Amino acid sequence: MNEGLIVTFLLCLPLSAFVVIRLFTGRRWQIFSGYLSTLVLALTTFFAFIMAWQYFFVYGKMDGAYALFVPIDMNWLVFTNDLSINFSIIIDSISVMMLLVVSFISLMVHVFSLAYMKGEQRYGYYFAYLSLFTFAMLGLVLSGNLFELFMFWELVGISSYLLIGFYYTKPSAVAAAKKAFLVTRFADFGFLIGILMLGGVANNFDIVQMIRSIAQQQALWEGAGTSFLGMSVLTWACLLLFMGAAGKSAMFPLHIWLPDAMEGPTPVSALIHAATMVVAGVYLIARFFPVFQMDATVLYVIAIVGAGTALFAAIIACTQADIKRVLAFSTISQIGYMMLALGVDDSLNGLHEGYTAAMFHLFTHAFFKSLLFLGAGAIIHTVHTNDMHEMGGLRKQMPVTHISFLIACLAISGIPPFSGFFSKEAILSAAYSNHKWLYAIGVVTAAITAFYMFRLYFSIFWNKPLSPVFIKKEGSWLIRIPLIILAVLVLITGFIPFGNFISANGKPLPLEVHFGFSVIPVSLSVLGIFYAAVLYYQQNNLPALLEKSFGWFYITIRQKFYIDEVYLFITHKIVFNVIGNTTAWIDKNIVDGLVNWSAGITYQFSVLIKKVQSGKIQQYVLYFLLGVLCLLAVVLYNN
Amino acid sequence: MMHYYLHLLLPFKQELLLLMAIFILLLLQIFGKKLQQEWTMQWVNLLLLITVLAGFWQVGYSTDVNAMFQLSPLNAFEKSVLAFATYLISLQAYNWLLHHEQIMEFYVLLFSSLLGMFCMISATNLLFFYVGLELSTIPLAILANFHLQKKQSSEAAFKFIVAASFASALLLLGISFLYGSAGSIGFTEIAAHLIVNPFSILAFVLFFTGLAFKISIVPFHLWTADVYQGSPVTVTAFLSVVSKASVLFVSLNFLFSVFHSLEPVWHTMVLILLLLTIVTGNLFALRQQNFKRFMAFSSITQIGFILIALLGQNIAGSAAVVYFMVVYVFSNLCVFGVIALVAATTGKEKIEDFKGFYQTNPFLAWVLLLGLFSLAGIPPTAGFFGKFFLLLSGAQSNYFGWITFAALNLVVSLYYYLRVVVVIFHRESAAVIAPIQIPKPVQFSFFICMAGVIITGVGSWIYTYIYSLAATAF
Repeated sequence: MNEGLIVTFLLCLPLSAFVVIRLFTGRRWQIFSGYLSTLVLALTTFFAFIMAWQYFFVYGKMDGAYALFVPIDMNWLVFTNDLSINFSIIIDSISVMMLLVVSFISLMVHVFSLAYMKGEQRYGYYFAYLSLFTFAMLGLVLSGNLFELFMFWELVGISSYLLIGFYYTKPSAVAAAKKAFLVTRFADFGFLIGILMLGGVANNFDIVQMIRSIAQQQALWEGAGTSFLGMSVLTWACLLLFMGAAGKSAMFPLHIWLPDAMEGPTPVSALIHAATMVVAGVYLIARFFPVFQMDATVLYVIAIVGAGTALFAAIIACTQADIKRVLAFSTISQIGYMMLALGVDDSLNGLHEGYTAAMFHLFTHAFFKSLLFLGAGAIIHTVHTNDMHEMGGLRKQMPVTHISFLIACLAISGIPPFSGFFSKEAILSAAYSNHKWLYAIGVVTAAITAFYMFRLYFSIFWNKPLSPVFIKKEGSWLIRIPLIILAVLVLITGFIPFGNFISANGKPLPLEVHFGFSVIPVSLSVLGIFYAAVLYYQQNNLPALLEKSFGWFYITIRQKFYIDEVYLFITHKIVFNVIGNTTAWIDKNIVDGLVNWSAGITYQFSVLIKKVQSGKIQQYVLYFLLGVLCLLAVVLYNN
Repeated sequence: MMHYYLHLLLPFKQELLLLMAIFILLLLQIFGKKLQQEWTMQWVNLLLLITVLAGFWQVGYSTDVNAMFQLSPLNAFEKSVLAFATYLISLQAYNWLLHHEQIMEFYVLLFSSLLGMFCMISATNLLFFYVGLELSTIPLAILANFHLQKKQSSEAAFKFIVAASFASALLLLGISFLYGSAGSIGFTEIAAHLIVNPFSILAFVLFFTGLAFKISIVPFHLWTADVYQGSPVTVTAFLSVVSKASVLFVSLNFLFSVFHSLEPVWHTMVLILLLLTIVTGNLFALRQQNFKRFMAFSSITQIGFILIALLGQNIAGSAAVVYFMVVYVFSNLCVFGVIALVAATTGKEKIEDFKGFYQTNPFLAWVLLLGLFSLAGIPPTAGFFGKFFLLLSGAQSNYFGWITFAALNLVVSLYYYLRVVVVIFHRESAAVIAPIQIPKPVQFSFFICMAGVIITGVGSWIYTYIYSLAATAF
């Protein structure tokens, strides 16, 4: 089958589901909207599988390497005669891989939501937004044009805000949506400037041609004539692109929106804030990797930000009590790993292990993290609380959730033979061959990850006897089936010879697991699990003692290192107060003061006129004239 | 013979249509025929629509008339945009005008102002340009006074006319100096003879500030908020959309062709004004409580962003500006339409009054939301495309520092637009605006605006068309 046609189907199906649901299903028919969009998504996933099969096994390989295809390339917006923006579709190994992940996880989440969201007042809206999101995300990964990518990038963001604020009657949900909106928009403006810089200088927005023309002009880019603040235009553009990526992927210090985004429905967190949208930043950098590769500084920055975020978020995750927030911080931490992997890609030696490792981790992470979130959703659905201290002993009541959650925990902790082990090993080995200290951070983070994940696991399923309040049974099969499917996938995806399919240059790159290399990280992870078991397997006073002995340090971490407060301080106290007060002061004292002063004069002049015009107008005219004079002075001085 | 005269009049078709409308209204007034308001609105709106369409009819070439008047394809399109915006405003004024005694006078004044703008756009001579400018300004001052019972409205009119005459005085001074400097008041002669020297710079600065006053560039903006607040919402919408668009269209012609030789001078000027305008507009918009005042500062900021495109190359720059103005018409009228409707039915104009607006008036809330998002430049609304093209034409001239500055300010502007959105979607039980009956014409105008906000962005042919028009102008 023709790939252009499949792509058209892939994009049109979720979009049409969105339109149909929004237009034709009112309150009365909304119960059908769930089935409709799930059915449509099943079709989409089917097409995605066909596409992946054909690409990887039928036509994708050319001269032993996976090639890049552009099946659709349409003229969309013509800016000038020599600069236009096209609507084009890229098919290469990473876009096809993302296609699979997005459509498949989305399908699982749809099925799960059928039961989870049942009886919700805005059921129809929910599925409409999910379809919109799926459309936008598929569009994002297939975009062959940077501007087009940005459009989908924003559309993904919009559906994310809509879903975060889904329970819009809750003030915290509205606040979270607003926060996510502002933080990611701030990052996106950086992204936009980066796009303008790259597009303005390369005189093109087509990703393939941009990469080509930048590679050709590399010398020119790094020339001294085009530098600004000591960095070349290329470095600036790459850093700005990374800023956009960091906003979407919740990298430090732009991570603050993601924990709050957990206000949305839990299946949404599984889809958007764990498996797909938040890794869009990683995908963006992978997409532009040939450009990033040219600049070692930028790659190093990415690696440091990634490693730092991974460690930082893992430490915070150890202190959170809300199970969704723990998972949110673990997501931030895992995306940090992916960024680290991209940053340590050793292109000088021609070994793109980091690139492949990042994509591999993205792939495995999508499965185990969505499994964790869906598991958390199933738990919340049953016990109606997010606080892990209120849970405990749920293992008998929810056997399917228990086992699948355990599998996912083992995977994220990097225990063989679960999928997370393989991808994490690949990342660590890439880091080891490049920067040893980043490798050390990675290993420590892995141990902490194992600790907090099992803290979560033991607190939910063991710890104390089952509270008599929780009499509800595990949810329906619609909830259990996605968990089982995902758990099976977490068990097997690690054995996929990932390097054979995805690598920076398309050629097969074997990722080997060395026993000697794996000993240290795995044993540290096991140690982490052991500590978690000691502290949380049974109810005891050890955790409380530990918290006390760490004192203010513990509180600092629990408060997420006060990053939110820092932001609040900067925005509210400094920016708004200083700027706001200054303008208020100018308004009150200078403008009004002059007004009052001139009003006084006018009073002596004529009582009648004062009443109507309050004297302001002379002042306006005076400012006007002053403005003209100043402008004249500057312009004359300058020329 | 008949055919010859018709051919002679063809370039003036849009102006003649407006003149015809004005004369009919005046004659009806003289002969004491009191038409029903509804009926008047209907035929007047129809005439406006014909004027819009006339702009697309037989405009494939440029015509010059006596070195005074020129009709080019771009001019005709710009006039159509203005007429279309006036049409939308007229539709949205339905509730307000339905019971207004002076509806005839209202339309006479509105059309006179529009006619003045048409003359301004087509002028190729400073004299004719000045006549157009005054013709467009003076009726506006009277219109600002059209809340006949409200003192605030008279105050607004008074402020407007005083400030405007001051600006006109400087502009006239500039024109006479330009005559002294270039030896002519024809555009082609000025473009040919003007050279950079202190005298011509003085003349240009005086002239330009006269224009800057009309589009409320800081520091010539002080009248804006007061006049916007005091005038009837319909007039505010006209001031902020049509009046500004007309002067911006004219400025394109002035900066890119007439004063082309002074480019280094006006580049510095535009850079300074851009900085001042964006920052001031943003900072003051942050703390406004009155919706109309808020929109005044928001429109000041929007104009600041437009200035960036003026730094680009002429064709791409003017295409970006005209395109942005089309988008701006739709998005601003989404917002003003809702404010006008609410003000006409409930008399409420404060942002706080809109608390819980979504609960009672979901449709109007969506209209407002779309308009605000487009003004904030959030994709995929047309506002984003408009801003993107503005910034892109700045980027083509490598003004990256300024673009960064503008983008940062876009984030700030985002904050205050969002503030309004949050208020609208706030759940409030007390003192919510009651559900408002939307009259048919107003509803129609909302549909057009919403469609415009979405289609103008995604439909590429609109920009391509404007670009092709701009390409013929230079």
